[in-house]
Amino acid sequence: MLRLQFVRRRLLRSIEPGALGDSLFHWLTGIVAVGVVALLGLIAVVLLIAAQQSIRTFGFSFLAGTRWDSVADIYGAAPFVYGTLVTSAFALLLGVPISLGVAIFLSELAPPKLRVPLTYVVELLAAVPSVVYGFWGLKVLAPAMASSIEPAVQSLLGFLPLFQGTPTGSDKFSASVILAVMIIPTISAVSREALRAVPQSQREAALALGATRWESTRVAVVRYARAGIFGAIILGLGRAVGETMAVTMMIGNKNSISVSLFDQGQTIASLIANSFGEASLGYLQSSALLELGLVLMLMSLVINVFARLMVSRVLRRGEGLG
Amino acid sequence: MKLALPFTLPPLRFDREGRRLWKDLAMTAAAFVCVVIALIPLGSILIEAGIRGIQAITPNLFLFDTAYGGIGNAIQGTLILIALSSVIALPIGILTGIYLSEFGKGRVGDGVRFFVDVLTQVPSIVVGIFVYSLFLTLALAGLMSTRSVFTTITGVIALTTIMIPFVARTSEESLRLVPVSTREAALALGIPRYRSILRVVLPSGVSGLVTGALLGVARVAGETAPLLMTAYGSFYGFSGLDQPIESLPHTIYTFALDGSPARLQAAWGASLVLVLIMLVISIVSRAIVHFRSVSE
Amino acid sequence: MAAKIHIERLSAWYGAKKAIEDITMDFEEHEVTAIIGPSGCGKSTLIRCLNRMHETIPKARAEGKVLLDEEDVYQLPAVSVRRRIGMVFQKANPFPTMSIYDNVAAGLRLNGERNRDKLDAAVLKSLKAAALWDEVKDSLDKSGASLSGGQQQRLCIARALAVEPEVLLMDEPCSALDPIATAKIEDLIFDLKTQYTVVIVTHNMQQAARVADKTAFLYLGKLIEVNRTRDLFERPAEELTEKYITGRFG
Repeated sequence: MLRLQFVRRRLLRSIEPGALGDSLFHWLTGIVAVGVVALLGLIAVVLLIAAQQSIRTFGFSFLAGTRWDSVADIYGAAPFVYGTLVTSAFALLLGVPISLGVAIFLSELAPPKLRVPLTYVVELLAAVPSVVYGFWGLKVLAPAMASSIEPAVQSLLGFLPLFQGTPTGSDKFSASVILAVMIIPTISAVSREALRAVPQSQREAALALGATRWESTRVAVVRYARAGIFGAIILGLGRAVGETMAVTMMIGNKNSISVSLFDQGQTIASLIANSFGEASLGYLQSSALLELGLVLMLMSLVINVFARLMVSRVLRRGEGLG
Repeated sequence: MKLALPFTLPPLRFDREGRRLWKDLAMTAAAFVCVVIALIPLGSILIEAGIRGIQAITPNLFLFDTAYGGIGNAIQGTLILIALSSVIALPIGILTGIYLSEFGKGRVGDGVRFFVDVLTQVPSIVVGIFVYSLFLTLALAGLMSTRSVFTTITGVIALTTIMIPFVARTSEESLRLVPVSTREAALALGIPRYRSILRVVLPSGVSGLVTGALLGVARVAGETAPLLMTAYGSFYGFSGLDQPIESLPHTIYTFALDGSPARLQAAWGASLVLVLIMLVISIVSRAIVHFRSVSE
Repeated sequence: MAAKIHIERLSAWYGAKKAIEDITMDFEEHEVTAIIGPSGCGKSTLIRCLNRMHETIPKARAEGKVLLDEEDVYQLPAVSVRRRIGMVFQKANPFPTMSIYDNVAAGLRLNGERNRDKLDAAVLKSLKAAALWDEVKDSLDKSGASLSGGQQQRLCIARALAVEPEVLLMDEPCSALDPIATAKIEDLIFDLKTQYTVVIVTHNMQQAARVADKTAFLYLGKLIEVNRTRDLFERPAEELTEKYITGRFG
């Protein structure tokens, strides 16, 4: 009996004016949206297919291989995975403290009048295109690095193998510095969101105990927001890993592994970028590059998914557990 | 004695409480220093591009092509690339954004949103080699010539792929801001859902959609990496959708690597132009958001 | 003998909106003073001016005198004032990322206390004073947010007491709690007044009648009447007070 009524209601609803339009519209937008998702799948599939030759030729030793030789047609990913990880890690080391300082200042400590204009200016950092960063880096930062900054660092920390060798200005160190600058807007913006999500009652609880503004931030706010801040940092890492032009122009483009940050290096992204200037690529070389691209995409995917999980967990819950 | 400082100086005591107040000031100053440090590169870029680039801004810079050290074809190329990309990416992105904000509540919607997010995070160089290998594979299969890899069309496809998920997310965010009460008011008048979206929700959120579109255009206008293996670059102006095409960021790259003083100066000029375009778009977006919220 | 807290012509604004106007009254030492009145009459604003929490809100300001033991509270560092005048909020706000122990010890640690024994003693004393010790003594390392609403509020009281304030401000501390939890806190207030001066804001007149020695009635930001509690309730001097007490509005 109820079943009949239900069916009757459905029928009546479907002949309501606009029901057809609603249906079509829902389907239209849905198909487009699913198409976008399919695009992602297409990317994965195309990369996989094109990397086939390389995958079959080198197998898992591709990741460990240290030679990238287009003459001998032998390719290995190790120098570039190393370069990517080292520059990104060092970029985080430099960029995270600054980003957190920026986020905390803008969110908690700044006088109200300064807040909006300073936030806007910091966001402008993200508006500069990568190639402009790279060009500026090449012509302004690198010479300064070579002449003053790197020697200064070397005199302080030269006992570490990381900082030995001859500073040239176009090396992994400079690339890391410019990466650090480029990830500051990402990390500070997401951290600021996490800090804003902390309920005002937490700050008040600390202040009412006699805490100073800084102490309230340290004890109550940052602790509460720490999952979101961690997610912000991982998002920054994701950005650093995929950054191409600025790194290409700063890193010296040498396909080998070396310990010192003052040596040239190469990341996955910068190698791919560099490979397309020359004469046309051999099939195996092309396939190897695509396999590298696949590796980069996977790295970026894993990092970003992990970051999103952390960030959304904090931002969607009201009283998170940090 | 009153000082016009934006903060109050703590009393000059060194007992525990005095130390805590001074530490508060010191940490605030340290955080401020972080902001200054972060802004130094921005300032330097603006100053250097301004000083070095302004000398390059002559009519010749825009009249000549990159073969002769100008950037005329680069600007033309960028305009063509972003125009074509926008024509494809904006409708698709906005429709996807509509789907996510209006119909994207359940698990299917969450899944779509997740994958769209993933797509926004794919490094732009990976998008470039995706398009490159797609066309290379098709060429190797005999379906098209190998020259079809380095064309305006592949460049457009690459930029479109980058732009779509970005616009989808910004559109969704903008439409989400439209209050539920607005939607309910429309439905309560007996308007079918699809018309309420098209005639009421979309117009309410249009400023956000425009901002998102502008930012998406800015994003792809500055992209170089995906074009290295698709649009490839050219010394001359646009010569057909099936031919390589130059772009402003690519010119900066090639001129930078060239190293000759004339090219370098032109590169600074190009950088100044590019940064100014980004600044203008950023300011215009802010203005739209500001005036929208003021008028409400 | 001067009152513990004496306020004189205190007014406070949120931006352009005046929340309280020209309030003058005393808060006697070792007594419970209740502030009653309908919603929005400025009760919370008033006590937030006492420990200078009012100014933490953007565009908020206050004028007038607030004297703690005859010292002007606005001439002292806010941090000092808040150590001497503690506060418990309407909704319990323990730090969820900290254990019960760390919550209570938080104020002491801010002051630089590191000695484990001293901290242990203080935590024990405060939790006992807040009548929470017996319930949590075996689970001091559990998260502060894992307790029930009433327990959380008593945790916040313990946290406030741990820094040994002279005055305790309570902003409608029981409004989110059930009657049993409320009764426990009211008992607690009786005990507290032997050591501290308590000011409690409440929209519940019966609560004021139960716990307070002195009661002040606020309406639309103005102090209408203040008197010993029994006198206020049995022989209100103002017509407005009588109307409120007999429930004819608010």
